[in-house]
Amino acid sequence: MQPELAPSNGTDDAGLVRRAQDGDPEAFAELVARYEKSIFRLARNITQNAEDAEDVLQETFLKAYEHLDEFRGDSKFYTWLVRIAVNQALMKLRKRKTDRSVSLDETFDTGEDTLVREIAVWADDPERLYSQDELRQILASAIESLPPIFRAVFALRDIEELSTEETAQILNLSVPAVKSRLLRARLRLREKLTRYFKRKGDDVFAYL
Amino acid sequence: MSLLTCKDFLNELNDYLDDATSPGLRQEIEAHLAECPNCWVICDTTRRTLRIYKGTDLYPLPSEVHQRLMEALRRKMSQSKNGSGQSKNGS
Repeated sequence: MQPELAPSNGTDDAGLVRRAQDGDPEAFAELVARYEKSIFRLARNITQNAEDAEDVLQETFLKAYEHLDEFRGDSKFYTWLVRIAVNQALMKLRKRKTDRSVSLDETFDTGEDTLVREIAVWADDPERLYSQDELRQILASAIESLPPIFRAVFALRDIEELSTEETAQILNLSVPAVKSRLLRARLRLREKLTRYFKRKGDDVFAYL
Repeated sequence: MSLLTCKDFLNELNDYLDDATSPGLRQEIEAHLAECPNCWVICDTTRRTLRIYKGTDLYPLPSEVHQRLMEALRRKMSQSKNGSGQSKNGS
């Protein structure tokens, strides 16, 4: 890290934002240091592409810097940043799928789909059945198989640990819409992982 | 005797896993789980799904990606200092 962008610690976000708005580059660098990991992970989870995730990361912080004066502190700085990142990430997806636009309002489910197909007890310590690399591959491909809006909801709620209300606000969805998408995302991931983690020899199939 | 059906349980699963259910409902859910092995498995495996995802950083920030971000910001900041941006240079 270069000296002029060395982060300074011990201040809350609001204080750092004010200093950054007054032109203090170190304050902005500290905000970057606080949130770059989370923004990158979120972008990677939504776009499912390393290059796009890096673009989103840069665009998010460059835009945040450029529009810092417009941030009025009505929300948390982090939520404001996440909103920029999610919009950039969804734009990337739209560009990659020019034939099929990715809309947040898009209905992927009729609500009548099967939530649970396979019910099988997992092995006691299923992570141990696989190497670290294999495990990451399993987890990543399960997320990749979700529709974009499910990935976004899951990443915001369960990985970045934002509240349902914040997630709803960021994605312009209602709270019940976030809840139902989160349930479907969680259950689909559970289903995918079950294929790898179930205890050998006790399959039970059920339809709920 | 639990009054919850399996469908009711699924509808409450999120809140239950997030510790966001009222104590009364929580009791009903636990009564249902005690007598419904399928729902118990769904609850257990969903909880473990979340735990595994929360415990694994699938996409750590590569240091070169961090470096390139800082480079891009430095360029942006020096542009602003040179008058093309609206940001003041305080201290």
